[in-house]
Amino acid sequence: MEFFLEVLIGGLLAGVMYSLVALGFVLIYKASGVFNFAQGAMVFFAALTFVGAQEKLGLSLWAALAFSLLLMILLGVLTEKIVLRPLVNQPPISLFMVTIGLTFFVEGLAQLMWGTKVYPLELGIPDEPVATTIESLGLSATNLPTVLQEINSFDLIAAIVAGVLVAGLAIFFQITKIGRALRAVADDHQAALSIGIPLKSIWAIVWSVAGFVALVAGLMWGARNGVQFALTFVALKALPVLILGGFDSVMGAIVGGLIIGALEKLAEVYIGPFFGGGIEIWFAYVAALLFLLIRPEGLFGDKQIDRV
Amino acid sequence: MFYRESGQLKTSYQEDQALLSITQDRIGLLLILIGAFVLIPLLASDYWFTAILIPFLVFSLAALGLNLLTGYAGQLSLGTAAFMAVGAFAAYNFELRVPGLPVLVSFILAGITTAIVGIAFGIPSLRIRGFYLAVATLAAQFFIPWLLVKVGWFTNYSSSGVITTQPVEIFGYVFDSPVERYLLVLAIVSVLALLAKNLVRSNIGRAWMAVRDMDVAAEVIGIKIMRTKLIAFGVSSFYCGVAGALYAYVYLGSVEPDGFNLDLSFRILFMVIIGGIGSIMGSFFGAAFITLLPIFLDIIINDGAALLNLKLAAGITSVMQLLVFGGLIIFFLIVEPLGLARLWQITKEKLRLWPFPH
Repeated sequence: MEFFLEVLIGGLLAGVMYSLVALGFVLIYKASGVFNFAQGAMVFFAALTFVGAQEKLGLSLWAALAFSLLLMILLGVLTEKIVLRPLVNQPPISLFMVTIGLTFFVEGLAQLMWGTKVYPLELGIPDEPVATTIESLGLSATNLPTVLQEINSFDLIAAIVAGVLVAGLAIFFQITKIGRALRAVADDHQAALSIGIPLKSIWAIVWSVAGFVALVAGLMWGARNGVQFALTFVALKALPVLILGGFDSVMGAIVGGLIIGALEKLAEVYIGPFFGGGIEIWFAYVAALLFLLIRPEGLFGDKQIDRV
Repeated sequence: MFYRESGQLKTSYQEDQALLSITQDRIGLLLILIGAFVLIPLLASDYWFTAILIPFLVFSLAALGLNLLTGYAGQLSLGTAAFMAVGAFAAYNFELRVPGLPVLVSFILAGITTAIVGIAFGIPSLRIRGFYLAVATLAAQFFIPWLLVKVGWFTNYSSSGVITTQPVEIFGYVFDSPVERYLLVLAIVSVLALLAKNLVRSNIGRAWMAVRDMDVAAEVIGIKIMRTKLIAFGVSSFYCGVAGALYAYVYLGSVEPDGFNLDLSFRILFMVIIGGIGSIMGSFFGAAFITLLPIFLDIIINDGAALLNLKLAAGITSVMQLLVFGGLIIFFLIVEPLGLARLWQITKEKLRLWPFPH
């Protein structure tokens, strides 16, 4: 039982990392109906810019952070202006395919700017069991349950970051004027336009926010696995989370991430050995697919009503 | 002036429904076929056959398969490479397990096997639509190569997962030299392209387009959605399967499951986008473009660097390829969403009047 709990908690925390990436997809999909396949490339771009600015430009950690944030916002705004605005009113499939093109372009751009080297990314977060971290702070961890002691500090902090991010986004969406405008646009572009919401600047904001989310995800994933080209595949991990949670629900991204993370780890431990391992490449997809057969719009997605 | 239909009166329904209704088109196609079957084998070098012409034809076939599914039936699939893998490994196993089976028969059987697999992975399309389906097809993309690696039987227990294909032998004649292999793949691709061209104007093709344009409306006018979508998945996978078998047997000679990765799927999707969504001819244009582009880029970058006496950083070519590929996709979708095929259409319209202004 304890082992089961350990695996489960590990999975849930890993799932949070998926949610971080999935969030970026959801934001853009919600506000503009574009399924932005380039989110993974943006994560890679952000992480590479962050370490590249430190290594090549000699910026300090905070300056590099500000620099990458600025660049992500610029990237987002330019994407919206150059790539997506000319394609307004095109079928969603064209928009999706243009973001596949964007994926390649952003990946190429990032490597052109900062080179193809593999960089380590150091945020100063310990990658060790919680118990060790607590002890290194001079406290005693003996009265914690063993299950909790075994949790990785890094995962825990990633989960906290994701939680703060989601809470921040929720507040942003619910309370601020821009947030309400965003929700209005998400509901109905034309109605929002007709009551005077500036659609163009709203979309630019959404892309900037997605760039910010990509930066956070890039930092966490980069610190975990190092900044390398494989970071772009993170997006592929986030896709089953998306279809499970529903493309247009922030809540879905979080809950979907937790479910996929937990299922994946549990399957790896309990089912994997029967297949000779390596099932995590496809397990999440198949799980999400089976789920979709029951609920085609995902867990929290809006139900689509078709009219002729 | 030279490309006009005026004066070519049709006197029967049969003429009206002919595949190529204008004499000039018939002559043009004849010239292309003569060029492809006679002139190119006489003129081209081995490098051209193995590095350009054979991959071009194989990818054309795969792009054609995907175009039937995505361009005509409107079901976006990101798992093309996986279906090609099924075709390649099915053909290999048919040849291996059934001694003396003619290689063409095993290609067809490989296509049918892939069609069955494709239909299985197409079943979710009955309930899932749009992006959800596109993501769902990724399940095939990741599951199939994994299965091929894990189950040793498929690769005949080869330790590295690499299979080396049997010689391509038809009626005791071994297709070995580049030019023979080229002619074989050209013949297969020509026949299948003709079939596809006819298929999309039959009632199946029309049903596909109706489903693509609006599936609820199609259902209302009495098109069986389930049948139509599953036929689309089946036929498309058949083409991809045969393309995969040719990819293994005629182009590379030895393949491994991991070679059929997501990148290959995307490459084929790009061929469809750049060539023209919903166009048979576009698949060929797109395949030619994507096959030639890296070769040109290589030459331009390396020669340009040599000319300017620059020392290139390692890996710069692949980075430039990413940039140019991505940029072109974006450019095409913005400027000409219907791809090169549409440009060809426009050229034809212009040719009707040329060289006169009106």
